Amino acid sequence: MSAPAAELVNTSKRYGEVQAVRDVSFVIEPGEVVAMLGPNGAGKTTSISLMLGTRKPTSGTVRLFGMDPKDLKARSRIGVMLQESGVPGMLRVAEIVELFRSYYPAPLATAEAIRMAGLEEKAKSLVKDLSGGQRQRLYFALAVCGDPDALFLDEPTVGMDVEGRRRFLEEIGALATKGRTVVLTTHYLEEADQLARRVIVIDHGRVIADSTPAAIKARVAGKRVTFSTGTRPDESQFAGLPLNSKQIEDHRVRLLTNEPEQVLRELFRRGVEIQNLEVAGADLEEAFVAMTHQQAPT
Amino acid sequence: MSTATARSATAPVLPMLARQSYAEFVKLFRVPAFSVTSIVLPTMFYAFIGLGQAKEPLFPGSGVTFGEYFLASMALYGVANVMVLGFGISLANERGQKQDLLMKSTPLPAPVFFTAKALSALAIALISIVVLGLFAAVAAGVQLDASQWLTLGARAMLCSIPFIGLGFALGYLAGPNSAPAVTNLIYLPTAFASGLFFPLRLLPQFLQNLAPYLPLYRGAQLVWDSVGARTEGGSIASDWLYMGAYTVVFFLLALWAYRRDQGKKFN
Repeated sequence: MSAPAAELVNTSKRYGEVQAVRDVSFVIEPGEVVAMLGPNGAGKTTSISLMLGTRKPTSGTVRLFGMDPKDLKARSRIGVMLQESGVPGMLRVAEIVELFRSYYPAPLATAEAIRMAGLEEKAKSLVKDLSGGQRQRLYFALAVCGDPDALFLDEPTVGMDVEGRRRFLEEIGALATKGRTVVLTTHYLEEADQLARRVIVIDHGRVIADSTPAAIKARVAGKRVTFSTGTRPDESQFAGLPLNSKQIEDHRVRLLTNEPEQVLRELFRRGVEIQNLEVAGADLEEAFVAMTHQQAPT
Repeated sequence: MSTATARSATAPVLPMLARQSYAEFVKLFRVPAFSVTSIVLPTMFYAFIGLGQAKEPLFPGSGVTFGEYFLASMALYGVANVMVLGFGISLANERGQKQDLLMKSTPLPAPVFFTAKALSALAIALISIVVLGLFAAVAAGVQLDASQWLTLGARAMLCSIPFIGLGFALGYLAGPNSAPAVTNLIYLPTAFASGLFFPLRLLPQFLQNLAPYLPLYRGAQLVWDSVGARTEGGSIASDWLYMGAYTVVFFLLALWAYRRDQGKKFN
């Protein structure tokens, strides 16, 4: 039997005063496509860093393919895209892909990795001359060039253009079909919904949900009520309403509630001026917002 | 697990080292601010300072010409310059751009990375002394025996090794913005104080007292010795001993600086 692709057992990570990850446990089996969701600072990147062995847990155990994540045998089976990591600007695209291939025991052909990332026309360009989106594609090429069993992608589509994202999602889908493990963090919930068969929601360093996108949506059975107001809404106007969550940005109000009729009736009674009203079923994003708002920090 | 036995668990090291060394070389070579200063600067100094008085004796009655003395000096200046700038500044820049973050999560072993960096800098150092030697021979008419040329080249390259350690240490201690200033602040005055630009006896007394403890001074004795321009009575063995000690000290300093940096980022 084969070991899990990645495994965290009662893992905590503290940076000085900041508790980034609190007693997190989960197992990612080979072939799973997992999205990690959570607001900024929730502990997603730290969780990925722990799985990659670039951060040491303060307590608990982390394993990558049953090994210490720092073991080069384990690292030889993974490909990685990280937020904000740099690459040497004075190398050409094909040169750096060649270089990264040499780190892996059974890599893809250079041209294949470049094709998967959609960088065929930039193969001879210097890395420093790439645009932000092209650079992101290069990181993807570097992540897949070793033909890894598992991919760890931290915010992979940030900065990609529409075409880049479409192609990227296709390639991830193809890798998943081939039985590769994919772990990605994202802000685009639509991406998680499209790609992942499992979503791990992290907030304040804890796993607050771990199931299919459908199950997470079902956890929030409520409706989304969205409207604008003529004058800036006052917090007190929403006091005592049966709301799961509330977001107010300038004149735009987004509410999540299980009792939309009662909420609207009460708002009209209080004389709140309501324009452009929309009531719809909650999507994954609402579910996510509702869940992370319900969890009070400890 | 059949897939694990079907292929080896990690990539072979030698092809990895070859690729990495090539990449490191290209990275340095394609930055004109680095490659031009490393390769051209020693020769330029030679043209400005050495050329006019190349045929004159180093001091009245000396059998050694200023051209020979200055060739040895600039060879050492050049190779050490590559090491301190090559590592000091490029490493600090790479850290500034968080290139180490991505490298750290690949299966590239750290020793391969450092060996490749050292090899690429040694290659550029070799180019710099070949260019300098050709210029000295052709433009200044410096004539040495074949064995003297070889000894000079070999000693200059060997003397660059402690500075690899110093360069690594600077690269991990200095910030990306301060690295060029810090390295030049240390390197240029040290080169002067070691008598690389003007014979030591022309320098102030306090520098003459300080010089014997500087690594460049010990290296200078070795390269000057190869052209017969040694300025100190001591033995070659003691110079090698000093260089060996500096190598150990600088590499330990580099190791400490590296661990300190890694501890901050990857703990």
